[in-house]
Amino acid sequence: MGRYRGITRFAAGRGFTALQALALGLLLTFLALPIVALITQAPLGDIPHLLGEHQVRQALAVTLRTNAIANVIFLGLGTPAAYFVATRRFRGRALVLTLVELPLVLPPAVAGIGLLAAFGAGGLFGADLQNAGVVLPFTQWAVILAILFVASPFYVRSAIAAFEAVDPTLTDAARTLGASRARTFARIALPLAAGGLGAGWVLAFARGIGEFGATIIFAGSVRGQTQTLTLAIYEILDSSFDVALAIGVLLVVLSGGILLSFKLLSAWRSSTSTSPARYGISPSISA
Amino acid sequence: MLRAIAGLHRPAAGRIALDDEVWFDAAAGVDRAPDERSTGFVFQEYALFPHLSVRANVAFAGAARAPELLERFGIARLADAKPGDLSGGERQRVALARALARDPAVLLLDEPLAALDANTRRDVRDELRAILHELALPTVVVTHDFRDAAALADRIGVVVDGSLRQLGTVADLVERPADAFVVGFTGANLLTGAATALAGGGAEILLDGGAVIRSAAPAAGRVGIAISPWEIDLVLPGGADGRNAVPGVITAITRDGERAHVRAGALVAEVPSGTVAALGLRPGMEVLATFGAAQARVVALSPPPGPSGP
Repeated sequence: MGRYRGITRFAAGRGFTALQALALGLLLTFLALPIVALITQAPLGDIPHLLGEHQVRQALAVTLRTNAIANVIFLGLGTPAAYFVATRRFRGRALVLTLVELPLVLPPAVAGIGLLAAFGAGGLFGADLQNAGVVLPFTQWAVILAILFVASPFYVRSAIAAFEAVDPTLTDAARTLGASRARTFARIALPLAAGGLGAGWVLAFARGIGEFGATIIFAGSVRGQTQTLTLAIYEILDSSFDVALAIGVLLVVLSGGILLSFKLLSAWRSSTSTSPARYGISPSISA
Repeated sequence: MLRAIAGLHRPAAGRIALDDEVWFDAAAGVDRAPDERSTGFVFQEYALFPHLSVRANVAFAGAARAPELLERFGIARLADAKPGDLSGGERQRVALARALARDPAVLLLDEPLAALDANTRRDVRDELRAILHELALPTVVVTHDFRDAAALADRIGVVVDGSLRQLGTVADLVERPADAFVVGFTGANLLTGAATALAGGGAEILLDGGAVIRSAAPAAGRVGIAISPWEIDLVLPGGADGRNAVPGVITAITRDGERAHVRAGALVAEVPSGTVAALGLRPGMEVLATFGAAQARVVALSPPPGPSGP
């Protein structure tokens, strides 16, 4: 009797394993299918020619330019801000952390309408900005603001975790060795958190390149001005599916490169840190 | 305490000064930043910067002195190694060299030997003693180990729950312990009993264990009696020589080279290993632990911790 039950249990165990494998197979197929379809459908030989189209080159230039500026801004503001939050305990800290993470869960369309409500002509600061001669909506600065809003939380969140993982005894030691707060930050905290900062940056960069919803609402899709690669795909879709596919392949290559550098960065971090338990942090990609 | 001196912790009250240079004064509102206090702090786990080489660690506080310090501490050959590749003893030397690179006025050592295993510990302790002697720098060492304190310090302050119980030399602590805690810290035996002052000086104490002994110092009421292990002689029953004699059954004998630690009843005696052999001592035997009235040091018993105590 016991023996039969053992066999049944064994069979049930095998069944469950098979079920798990099946689930994984289905999921992987579903996830890989669009990428595979994109590459098989795209006229691969024609891609250089298709990407050479004026509109595509304009979109590429807008994408690179706006992302470069947005990245400089969120690295410049986000790094000291994250260090402040990570190394101090103050009232309202939990609220600050929640605010930083809010854009991560906000639908991009809501972000776009929010930005419009804040900086648009009839918005909260619209009149003041207009008086000062500044018009933001439907300009390249609007694209930059949209990227900043949706992408910077990825960096800041990861940077806070990276700075929190730096052993406070090390920064204390630096202070007793005569280093000012600024020098302690530059020589000790920054290099020790570098891996985590880099990983956060890669994620934020990827999110910025892929930005669509907030941009189309707040900045529109003006060729050569606010039309990024993702917006260009949407516009070209009807007129030339091949060009849209070509841009798709370009973005797949770009995203693949970003993911690869993120993985390499993580591997490099775990190989260089002396104490993985203390310095190892792994911000989740899913964030 | 060390963190307060270094400026990493702000005390609620008090004053910290080096000569006439005030670093902290709660009443006057003075609180200098850590980098404006001339301290050399060696942290318990050494807190070496893991991403910097040994050379860069030492040079962090002062590049000028780094080569000389690396040479002096015998770590020049490790200059390009990362802290993660060093042994415990080597890390400590790097931490010391780094703390000294700033040319501090005070050296602060937090549990300098706690991170080491027992074998390394004794060697490093001797080495550290030689280095501190040579440096001739005011040094504050925090330790939980009396042997470390005795080896490294000129003066020992016994701190319990933040309050100073006794400050004195090693001899002071052993000869004139302030209270029962200090007795335990120095590794001495502590017996308790009721004392009656004697007319001719000294006192007679009825120990809780039943024996009656005499102390050279006067005492009355509930007292503690401290006796150092090396001041106790062991004799077989009937062999008492008129000195204090406390009977006890041997429960453990630990040989440590020339000396042997014998636990007899409530007392631990440290006697030459030869004595153990000559008397044929073994666990289960009854012996008399004898010591002079002068060696029975009277100490005040600490008040028992009350439920609402601080």
